[in-house]
Amino acid sequence: MNMQLQPQRTSAETALIDAFGERLSLLPGDGAVMLKRDDAIEAIKHGLPTRRIESWHYTDLRRLLTAVPDFDPAAATKAIAPIVEGSAILAILNGVSSTKMPTIEGLSVQRLSEKLTDGSIAPGLDPYGSDDAIGALNTAFVADGYFIDIADGAELEKPIELQNLQAGGQTHVRLAVRVGTGAKASVVERQTGEGGGLVSSVSQLVLGEGAEVTWLIVQEQPETATHLAQFKAHLGKNSKLTVFFMNAGGKLVRQEIVVRTTGEGADFTLRGINLLAGDTHTDVTMVLDHAVPHTTSTEVIRNVVTGKARGVFQGRINVHQYAQKTNAKMACNTLLLSDDGEFSTKPELEIFADDVICGHGATVTEIDHDHLFYLMARGVDEKTARGLLVKAFVAEVIEELDDEMIVEALEARLDDWFVAHG
Amino acid sequence: MLEIRNLHARIVDDGTEIIRGLNLTVKAGEVAAIMGPNGSGKSTLSYILAGREDYEVTEGDILYNGRSILEMDPAERATSGIFLAFQYPMEIPGVATMEFLKVAMNEQRKARGEEPLKIPEFLKRVKEAAASLSMDMAMLKRPLNVGFSGGEKKRAEILQMKLLEPKLCVLDETDSGLDIDALKIVSDGVNALRAPDRAIVVITHYQRLLEHIVPDTVHVLYKGQVIKSGDKSLALDLEANGYAGVIGEAA
Repeated sequence: MNMQLQPQRTSAETALIDAFGERLSLLPGDGAVMLKRDDAIEAIKHGLPTRRIESWHYTDLRRLLTAVPDFDPAAATKAIAPIVEGSAILAILNGVSSTKMPTIEGLSVQRLSEKLTDGSIAPGLDPYGSDDAIGALNTAFVADGYFIDIADGAELEKPIELQNLQAGGQTHVRLAVRVGTGAKASVVERQTGEGGGLVSSVSQLVLGEGAEVTWLIVQEQPETATHLAQFKAHLGKNSKLTVFFMNAGGKLVRQEIVVRTTGEGADFTLRGINLLAGDTHTDVTMVLDHAVPHTTSTEVIRNVVTGKARGVFQGRINVHQYAQKTNAKMACNTLLLSDDGEFSTKPELEIFADDVICGHGATVTEIDHDHLFYLMARGVDEKTARGLLVKAFVAEVIEELDDEMIVEALEARLDDWFVAHG
Repeated sequence: MLEIRNLHARIVDDGTEIIRGLNLTVKAGEVAAIMGPNGSGKSTLSYILAGREDYEVTEGDILYNGRSILEMDPAERATSGIFLAFQYPMEIPGVATMEFLKVAMNEQRKARGEEPLKIPEFLKRVKEAAASLSMDMAMLKRPLNVGFSGGEKKRAEILQMKLLEPKLCVLDETDSGLDIDALKIVSDGVNALRAPDRAIVVITHYQRLLEHIVPDTVHVLYKGQVIKSGDKSLALDLEANGYAGVIGEAA
């Protein structure tokens, strides 16, 4: 009798494991890094997560990841115009960082390949849990990215734009950012490209005491790309982090946001929009740990779903036992524009403290016919009127951002999407 | 300009017939008042003119400048010059009032084969129109109608009417919710639009508005039909004697 301990590997799993064997000699890293890589590929050998893993319930990666492209070292691309004029651009072109670094006071940048080679980044490579498939995939294959340090007290006038541009094949990049005490910065994480690549991208952010950061994730991959991304942040005492994400592309997308308040008085704001079209799957999964007392957070997600697109938002807020006086509010609102589209929302509050304010809400609506009639009765044609109403639904979230330059830049990206999918 | 012939219409959802063989003619340059008790079909008539999909015309026709408008969607009707001032203007969060005005004005211009307005010219027109209606420009920085009082919404409707320069204006109970000062301002705004090539249909419950906007013709709507037409003296008669007499005559 044949005993099979594991289900047969999918072609994607096999391709990943084979690719690791082939790539191993090319991957940078000292002994410590290589050990992390070995552990990571072992996790993948146990199989990609399926719907039976709770955190992957709505995104059965094993079933959805049907093809893994080969690495394509010949694929080339070049840096693009930043969304905010005058930004300092740090481009990663098909997985490779640049040797040219911006010279801005208070900002120091190193290629991540160097930090892998000397092993100094090794401790940050551990996946955050047994279900962290993106972390494992990235740790196994990551070859480059940037390590960024913003000095204590530095206030960067213009945003830093990190461009992760894929041209096909596989790219696995990592961005590690340390923001010093009292420093202020805006970072744009741009995820796009022209190829149908498989991208894993992990961003790690540590905010020092009193630091203030606005981090924008603008994901506009082509509808052939697989985009697996993770944003992780630790918020120090009295620090303030605003994360805004816009998903407006990709065939299979998972954006994880993993945030932990580690110092009292920390404040986290998450605002995001998912613009979903075509036959695509987009999953945003947030895990927020209020780990110390007196920290606050609000999360507002707005989704527009057309075509046969499927969307997921999982928002989990853990309030630890001693994290008294936590104040957390989460909302997820969806505008469903087609019969074939769908959006699943799973809010979870796990509260172990007894003196907290926590709430969540979710809605799914269609375009209000009275509103549409009103606009049309003023001569606005149906397509334009629908566009105005849909844009209004998501623009409300963008307009909350303080910085006018950033608001304008994001609204321009929004307009582009509506022109392409309106 | 407007000719409604034997119009029958019902609510799509439940099939209830609201308009039952309505005939009405309004000439260019004319101000026509449509009066009638609650439930006579006044607001329904205004929605049908504007092309709301909740109503279905089952018989008859609506001709505007000799052409049937029944196959036109609300936007096409609007760009051909028909304007409905809503009884209850909708609040639309997220849509900036100024942006909306610009889009709407340019749609009208596009339909007439004109270039879009330049921003300074657009702002000038809006400012002038707002000033004539004693409206604060700060109000127009808010999302469309959001947080406007009842009276402010009505003024905003007349503001839009001024800016869009329609040929057939339909005012649905524009007087409701207005205090006497606002009524005067709104009426002056409407009177300023009287022109030989423009027709205005004023739908109202009360004679009060007609003291300010003096009609050329008055039509009494009852159970979905025009049961009596006359000049402005008919409105005074209704005010004095109520609808019962007119309804009795028609029965």
